[in-house]
Amino acid sequence: MSLIEARALRRVFHQGRPDELEAVKGVDLAIEEGQVTVLRGPSGSGKTSLLALLGAMARPTSGRILLADRELTSLPERFLTEVRRRTFGFVFQQFNLVGGLSALENVMLPAYPLGAPRAGLERRAGALLARFGVAHRASARADWLSGGEAQRVAIARALVNDPRVLVADEPTANLDSALSAGFMEVVGTLKAAGLTVIIASHDPLVHDAPVVDRVVSMRDGRLEAGAP
Amino acid sequence: MSFRAWLERQRSLLDYTLASLGRRRGKNLSLVLVYGLTVFAVASTLFLTEALRAEAAEVLRGGPDVVVQRLVAGRHDLIPAAEVERLAAIRGVERAVGRRWGYLYRPASQANLTVMVPERFWGGDAELVVGEGVARLEGLVAGATLRLTGWSGEALDFTVREVIPAGSALVTTDLVLLSEAGYQRLFGADPDRFTDIALTVPNARELPTVAQKALQLVPGARAITRLEMARTYQAIFDWRSGLVMLVLSTAVLAFALVAWDKAAGLSAEERREIGILKAIGWDVSDVLLVKTWEGAVVSAAAFTAGVVAAYLHVFVGGAALLAPALEGWSTLSPRQHLTPAVGGLQLATLFFLTVVPYTVATVVPAWRSATIDPDAVMRS
Repeated sequence: MSLIEARALRRVFHQGRPDELEAVKGVDLAIEEGQVTVLRGPSGSGKTSLLALLGAMARPTSGRILLADRELTSLPERFLTEVRRRTFGFVFQQFNLVGGLSALENVMLPAYPLGAPRAGLERRAGALLARFGVAHRASARADWLSGGEAQRVAIARALVNDPRVLVADEPTANLDSALSAGFMEVVGTLKAAGLTVIIASHDPLVHDAPVVDRVVSMRDGRLEAGAP
Repeated sequence: MSFRAWLERQRSLLDYTLASLGRRRGKNLSLVLVYGLTVFAVASTLFLTEALRAEAAEVLRGGPDVVVQRLVAGRHDLIPAAEVERLAAIRGVERAVGRRWGYLYRPASQANLTVMVPERFWGGDAELVVGEGVARLEGLVAGATLRLTGWSGEALDFTVREVIPAGSALVTTDLVLLSEAGYQRLFGADPDRFTDIALTVPNARELPTVAQKALQLVPGARAITRLEMARTYQAIFDWRSGLVMLVLSTAVLAFALVAWDKAAGLSAEERREIGILKAIGWDVSDVLLVKTWEGAVVSAAAFTAGVVAAYLHVFVGGAALLAPALEGWSTLSPRQHLTPAVGGLQLATLFFLTVVPYTVATVVPAWRSATIDPDAVMRS
């Protein structure tokens, strides 16, 4: 069953200006629930732009996105935020932890606007850090974490609101092979727990991983032949 | 969202705000410092003006309803004692009292003392009662001797009978009270002449009429009513504080420009942080709430620090930085401790003129950044 459906999606940056760029050109794509889908393609192929559209982080210039048959494209910003915070968890290429805050605080950040009781939230964030083997770094400032630690904290942060979908943009770009393999192991455990995972990556370690159900290739803003 | 969840949300966002302020403590401390100094300068002027107004009102409360002075060639001259009875006979006048007072300049301390004969002096002819400022200036306590130079140049020794505590500083601080005989020894005054005549008029509405009649009765005199004195004080303090405020407004404007630049110009790091927050599920309203808290904490801290410092400066430190500009001629009199008088309306105005604009200046650019699609952070 498709959890997310993209229909004739287009994303144009700087529309009407001399530097206009069409990053996504009429993409149709279905993301199956509980599967790991990888968007593969060279830099500039439109992977990140498509990922942002699928994760409700940006609005398409035209086309439609359906989440569990619910139209997202026309939702007001407030509801789109609600969808984003309840349904999606994001892991960014640069991890994007907030410097100066501790690892634990970074993990708790997405839950702050929800008004979750503090003690319970701290327990949940601590448990996630423990799950990814970085509990001992809970009070360390985000800027002091190694690349691998920062990524695991970022994954914990992405999961703190119990999302249905984990979205990761080039998650292994700043990791060595061992840490990249470690990340794919984490993806395996998330898949086993029923999460849908969408990854944008051009790292063979990612799209060749056994845990991946489907690889969708992109080039110049379009899906390559063969992708449904 | 339940009330408890709402409270938790506020608490979490406030926690985040404080952590955020701590991370940029250099920028925020410098803002609080500059901002606090501006509030300090404006609040000091307001406090000092208000305190002087209160002191002036206190002077007038205890003062006469009408003062009649004689003018000769446009200058204040002594008035014959015979006029007291004539003025007392004016309809509406309850009492007429001749007063003797003058100024005594003390070259050593460069202070101008007000010497006065009270209606009933409670000491001897060689005794004085001095104000708290005079005692401080001359190093006097009760029982001490004060040597003054008489009108013919001879040294006159007076014993300090009492020091008047600073209840109403403007009235008493530079005051020296003595007996009529002592006054005559000091100034060689004519016993048949007074400095002026004070009238008591119970009905305030009769003041202009009484003043008019006094002028008809004593040719060449001037009659000053309590209302005119109040207006004069008001005008002097308004004018002086207005002048100081005008000068200070330049500082406020300079601060406003600095604050706007500091607060409004979000750094790339701050914009990126807003993008991260939106990307992980924060709403525009969450970002704005944090920025509002940030602005409110910085400006409230600066406001509080500035106001407290101004209070200490004016009421403990004697407004050392502003008094010369605001007190005018009385800089010649001994320094006085002002009785605290703070105008609630003025404080509220100052609060709204400083805290609110700064908070808005913080929120507006954040709103601009927070309305951008969060995917911008993915591409940064």
